[in-house]
Order: sequence, then structure tokens, then C-alpha cells
Amino acid sequence: MSVLTRRPTPMRVPTRSMHMVERNVMAYRHNWIVILSGFFEPVLYLLGIGFGLGSLVLAVSTGGGHSVSYAMFVAPALMATSAMNGAVYESTSNFFYKLRYAKTFEAVIQTPVGVEDAAMGEVIWAVIRGCLYSIGFVVIMEALGLIASPWGGALSVLAALLIGFAFAALGTAITTFMRQWQDHEIVQLALQPMFLFSATFFPITVYPPILQAFVEVTPLYRGVHLIRGLTTGQVDAGLLVDVLYLVLLGAAGVAVASVRLRRRLLK
Amino acid sequence: MALMAGTRHVIEYNALIYRRIWRGSIAVSFFTPLFFLAAMGIGLGGLVNRASGGVNGVPYLDFLAPGLIAAACMQTAAIEAMYPILAKIMWDKTYDAVLATPVTIPDVIRGEIVWITIRMFIVATMFWIVMYAFGIGHSAEALLAIPASIITGLAFATPIMAFTATRRNDSGFAAINRFVIIPLYLLGGTFFPIAKLPLALQVLAWATPLSHGVALTRSLVLGNVTAPEAALHALVPLAYFAGGLLIVRALLIKRLAK
Repeated sequence: MSVLTRRPTPMRVPTRSMHMVERNVMAYRHNWIVILSGFFEPVLYLLGIGFGLGSLVLAVSTGGGHSVSYAMFVAPALMATSAMNGAVYESTSNFFYKLRYAKTFEAVIQTPVGVEDAAMGEVIWAVIRGCLYSIGFVVIMEALGLIASPWGGALSVLAALLIGFAFAALGTAITTFMRQWQDHEIVQLALQPMFLFSATFFPITVYPPILQAFVEVTPLYRGVHLIRGLTTGQVDAGLLVDVLYLVLLGAAGVAVASVRLRRRLLK
Repeated sequence: MALMAGTRHVIEYNALIYRRIWRGSIAVSFFTPLFFLAAMGIGLGGLVNRASGGVNGVPYLDFLAPGLIAAACMQTAAIEAMYPILAKIMWDKTYDAVLATPVTIPDVIRGEIVWITIRMFIVATMFWIVMYAFGIGHSAEALLAIPASIITGLAFATPIMAFTATRRNDSGFAAINRFVIIPLYLLGGTFFPIAKLPLALQVLAWATPLSHGVALTRSLVLGNVTAPEAALHALVPLAYFAGGLLIVRALLIKRLAK
């Protein structure tokens, strides 16, 4: 009588992630309306806040003597926020359900697809979903005349991808620590102030210097700063700091998520 | 009296569940208004006040805060009338168990409506306290903002419950949220005056209960309420509530009575 055991394989670079992505595409085939409707939310914010409320606001200073219309100020922030929200939702609630209830990964790792592939596949899927929204939003922005140059618009889609990647990785890592649904409220309590205070609706110059410095090291602020620089055409070396920050955050998230998932799934 | 006992049991059931999650729920009900009033009211409000000298003759924060209370009740009522109700109809089959006892379908409907009202009361009261701390609504009249915003939410509770009674899965809820609740929230008079909308949308906005609920709550807090206007603004949401009640009754009986 021999007992079949799964020998722990050494951690490796994920190369079979696309199988995990394919699984998610198949799972969502019948629920595409949910994905599609997610596109409207930032557009409604743009119309309501950017133009409706924006009609009560004069031009906003974006530093360095530049100023832009309020809609032009808010639109890139909404794009960054929607990349964050999509990635976080996918990597927390949906991922938690799969990990905890559907036991999806228990099934996945019985195949040649490994834990690293699954973790990376989840992140890639969240990024793809975010990418669809970003492209749609940029098209709307362009139609409304809120983008300074075409290449700025194109690069802002890449920037939104990077934001999505960073937050999806962070969300996946955090979810591996969650025990119950109520833990998701803590995520909401962290997302909401980021959404409201990261130079999204007003410049951070209204804060005292110490608070400004604090906001500047939070991830959504870096994302908003990056996209706003690209869509308004105020490009400088500071944008590289944003990129570096988001890449490092994403890499750290993937690493933590992989280690945690291995410990959880390969017992 | 037996009738009221059935209703009471339904309320008690919800309260027992809520006892397990009230800490998180209260925390969210407190921090949400705090963050929103600070960011939108003061941060963004500063830009509005500088450019336009406030809205309708008051600082932007004063304009925004009462509208947000009514909108918060709308959102609470909408959520509570969707997932928990469908879970009890279909996923957990709670109502099947409930209806095997002397509790009747009208008891269930009454009990759920009272429970949603209690939830809105908590949300509105927390919001009111935060608003008061921001220096708005320091009058006895302003306390009426709490019932006014509850009326606003009730206008959504029964029609959405009726919608829920027809559902076989939850994918319609995302659509209600994105095509009804969020557009109303962003364009329905909470963040900027309805007069700023294109004419066709203005007509549409005034046909919805949110705009009236927001107008009522706002006039009570700002102290410029007049009786005929208040009556109109209260009647529209109440009409939605009453209409929804008739429909949800018919639909739930159809779905649950065996």
C-alpha cells in the first residue's frame, strides 16, 4: 500500500499562467454583461463630477504654472481609480471566493499548472479586465477633448495596466491573509480614503505639507500622478518615480502571494 | 396582535444576524460620511466656493451634506432589498422555513421593510452626527433630515424588492446598481443643482424619488423649507413606496405561496 503524495516542487518562474487566464475567460462567458456594465461607472463619474460639478469650478492648477479645466483634471484620476477598483475587486472578493469556497486552486494544482502559474494567471486576468475598461475610458476622454496628445492617451492605457497590475498583486497578496468576508470591509475602508484624497478630486496642495508627503507615498496617488501627467501632456522625470513605485509594489505583491499560496495549497 | 407577532419575528431574525456584523457596519457608516464630507465638501468644496461663491447661496459643504444623507439611505435600501432578500428567497431558502410557521407573507414583507428602515435609521443618524460635527444643521428642524432621508430610501426599498422577487440569479443587481442607483447618485441633485443638467435630464431627474428626497432633506437642514414644497417632495417618494409595496406583495405571493 503506497500513499500518493504530492512532492513539493521548488518554486519556479510561472510559464503556464495562460491556462488559468483561459479558465477565467470561460467562467465569465455567461456573465459578460457584468463585465460590460463596469465600464459605465467611471463614465458616469466623469459626466456627473467632471462636467456637472465641474461647471461650478474654475480651472485647476496642476503645478508649474499650468492649469487645466476641471473635467481634464478629474478624468485621469477616474481612469486610475477605475483601474484600481477593477483590479482590487477581482483580486479580493472574486479571488477569496475561489480560494475559500470554490476550491478552484485545489483542482488547478493537480494538473501541471503550478501554484505560481495560478497566482500569476489571476493577476494577468485582473489586468486584462482592467485594460478593457481603460481603453473604453480613453476613447470617451478623447471624444470629449480631455486628452492633450494621442500618444499621451495611448501611454495612459499602459499606465492604467501598470496600476491594475500593482493593485491586483497587492490585492491577491492581502487576500491570502483573509479569514472571513467581514475582512473585506477593511479593504473598503482603505480604498475609500485613497479614492477621495489621492489628488483625485482636488490638488493635494490644499493639505498641510506633512499630509502632502504622506499622500505622495500612497499607491493610488502615484497612479493618478502618472496618468494625469500623460493625458495633460505635463511629462517630466517624476513620472519615472511613479512607474518604478508601481512596478516594485506589483512585484512584491506577486512574491508574497506566491509564497503564501504555496504554504496554503501544498501541504 | 398575532399579525404583529409574525412581523416582529422577521425583524428579530434580521437583528440576530446583524448582531454578528454590527461593528464593521457601524464603522463604515461613520467613516464614509467623514471621508466624503472632508474630501468632497471641504477639499473640492473649496474649489467650488472660490470659483462660484458656493451653490444656491450657501457654501458647497452645506449644499452637499444633506443631499448625501438622502443618497446614503437610497444606497442602503437598494443593497438591503437585493442580495439579502434573494438569499432568503432562493439561496438559503429562509422564507420557505419561515412560511412553514404561522408567519405569513405580509408579515415577511412588513418585517423586511421595518428592518430596512432600521438600517437606514442607523446610517442616517451616523451621517447626521458627522454633519453636525462639521457645523451644519444646528437647528431642531434639521433633525427631520433623518426621517426625510428614510422616506427617500423607502421609495427604493419596495420597488427593488419587487424586482428581486422576479430574479433567478444576482446578475441583474449589478445592472440596477450601475444603471439606476449610481446615475441617480451622481446626477440626481446630490452633488450639483439639477438645473445644471440638460432640460430632458432635468425632467427625468424630477420624475425620480431621489431628487425630491434630496430637495426635502436639504431644505430641512438649510432651514428654507416651505409647507407646499415639502409636501410635494415627500409625496413623490411615498408614492413610489406605495406602488412598490403593491407590486412586491403580488410578486412574492406568486413566488412563495405553494
